Amino acid sequence: MSIIGWTFFWVAITFAVYIGIAIWSRVKDTAGFYVAGQGIPSIANGAAVAADWMSAASFISMAGLISFMGYDGAVYLMGWTGGYVLLAVLLAPFLRKFGKFTVPDFVGERYYSNTARVVAAIAALFVSFTYVAGQMRGVGVVFSRFLQVDIVWGVIIGMAIVSLYAVLGGMKGITWTQVAQYTVLIIAYLIPAFAIAYTLTGIPLPQLALGKVLPQLDQLQYELVGNFYSQPFKGSWDLLNVFFVTLALMTGTAGLPHVIVRFYTVRRVVDARWSAFWALFFIGLLYLTAPAVAMFARYYILNAFSELGPTGMLDLSWVQNWAQTGLIRASEWSEGMTAAALLSTIDRDIIVLATPEIANLSAWVVGLVAAGGLAAALSTASGLLLVIGSAMAHDIYGQIINPSAPDHVKLTVARVMIFIGVVIAGLLGIFPPGFVAEVVAFAFGLACSSFFPIIVLGVFWKRCTKEGAIAGMLTGLIFTFTLIVLMRADRVLGLEEPILSSFLGINAQGVGTIGMILNFIVTILVSLRTPPPPKKVQTLVEQIRYPRVLQAEELESA
Amino acid sequence: MEQMDRKTYWREVRKRTALLLVIWFIVGYVLSIFLVEPLNTLKIAGVPMGFWMAQQGSIMIFILLILAYAIMMGKLDRAAGVEEDAGTTTPPSQAH
Repeated sequence: MSIIGWTFFWVAITFAVYIGIAIWSRVKDTAGFYVAGQGIPSIANGAAVAADWMSAASFISMAGLISFMGYDGAVYLMGWTGGYVLLAVLLAPFLRKFGKFTVPDFVGERYYSNTARVVAAIAALFVSFTYVAGQMRGVGVVFSRFLQVDIVWGVIIGMAIVSLYAVLGGMKGITWTQVAQYTVLIIAYLIPAFAIAYTLTGIPLPQLALGKVLPQLDQLQYELVGNFYSQPFKGSWDLLNVFFVTLALMTGTAGLPHVIVRFYTVRRVVDARWSAFWALFFIGLLYLTAPAVAMFARYYILNAFSELGPTGMLDLSWVQNWAQTGLIRASEWSEGMTAAALLSTIDRDIIVLATPEIANLSAWVVGLVAAGGLAAALSTASGLLLVIGSAMAHDIYGQIINPSAPDHVKLTVARVMIFIGVVIAGLLGIFPPGFVAEVVAFAFGLACSSFFPIIVLGVFWKRCTKEGAIAGMLTGLIFTFTLIVLMRADRVLGLEEPILSSFLGINAQGVGTIGMILNFIVTILVSLRTPPPPKKVQTLVEQIRYPRVLQAEELESA
Repeated sequence: MEQMDRKTYWREVRKRTALLLVIWFIVGYVLSIFLVEPLNTLKIAGVPMGFWMAQQGSIMIFILLILAYAIMMGKLDRAAGVEEDAGTTTPPSQAH
């Protein structure tokens, strides 16, 4: 079978599995719809978090990004894993004990205020819509690259699949589909990685093989480009920015609503702790492999350059295949060009997309990579759509507009809202507005500057008040949003150039860290100057700190 | 062994949390970012250690930190008698 044939084969099989799960996991009440009836085992939840977390960008673009950045790629590697430590020790077990449906639920009850709930719901909606638009776009791109389907049709097929299992099964359908999607995406990622490690070094394990490749890569890159691959702080990635961006991504990870709600779905507090471990373990399988793939691909390309020269490289079959898609601008290659100039004509996504061919794997593996990319995009999209649907249906309709609605009405509203969410996300994917290109800055920056501080303080500091939390959230949100827009005015507002080049030398992706620090300061100062929270709220905070349900008389004695 | 009271439990929780976060900061920021240049002069099998910490070692230690947390907290829960019974679910309505 050809590559296209195999791609159709794998996509059809995996989609059939997702649809099968959707039909099997239909739900009948809102607890099933929002938190899967709190019956998900911790390993399964770990796999679901991992699939939820790893998007089309992690799967297709990250290794390529690191390959071009060298050491500085650690910003994304550490930023998107280290946040799980914060999540595991500061948030997940306590939010599970709290035991409601959404992040705005926690904010609204802990801060005894519907204003706080609405601010949180709006922040959750903005973060999730920015993020989901990129995922729907990713689905379209995978379809167009591998199956020569138009991007628009790719997005529509993705919308149809996601709405089927998200609308029918809610969180339960999403969770079990994500478990299947994790399995598909990790197999599709690891097979080519092991193969290319073996091809280059004779050692199949990428994490060991990189020890052999890195010294040679450093040497080769020094001869051809003039710096070492492992050399830190190249170009605009100085120490200041590496630090601030890593911190923003870590705290942003811990504040992202679609990740946090996954910890509401397990049975007990103990399971929340263990599913955080399984989540990072499963994520680590990909994140420890991506930097190795990045090195292998870069070494392979530089080596081909030094042995064959640019015109000699034109005869390689993977160059010819991908030049047709426009991802390699091979027509610009000429004898005598520098290695840096040649690298700049290669789209970074090639690093993952072309590895199977570089490692001489057969067509069925290439097709599997397409199915893996789709699994990564669809699983992240469905998790985000649940947050979008629940923010509108549960937090705004169910808690504020019509709290007395019977459960079956709330369930119908939830299904309708998710469907509306899918349609809006699809439209954003087909006609991406400027802010979608800045998803890293917006989604992580806003999550870390709004949610992270007030949830952590909400658990660890009883004295934290609603006035403090609302003021802190608004400060963090407005500051971060404004600065990102100013620094990215060229893309977001369509101006010729950014209005602000940096904030004290910190770039748009790192400015969320400042927003987060401001949020902490404002929340604490305002809380100390306002009346303490009511007794009921202090009891709630006491209650969520202990795994077992404490009886009223036990709480009295505290 | 005498049962730990709840105040002591919560103090111990915060102590362990703080310890893990100190390690998290040293691994992720001090070793992988602030000291990467001096550490890069140290090479094991040709691999510069600062670079290796930033792209491999830190992630492995992050995973171990969460594992350590789950194990330590489980022990602490039992010592203070605040663990959940096997198989019980905390229904949303009874959480508070």
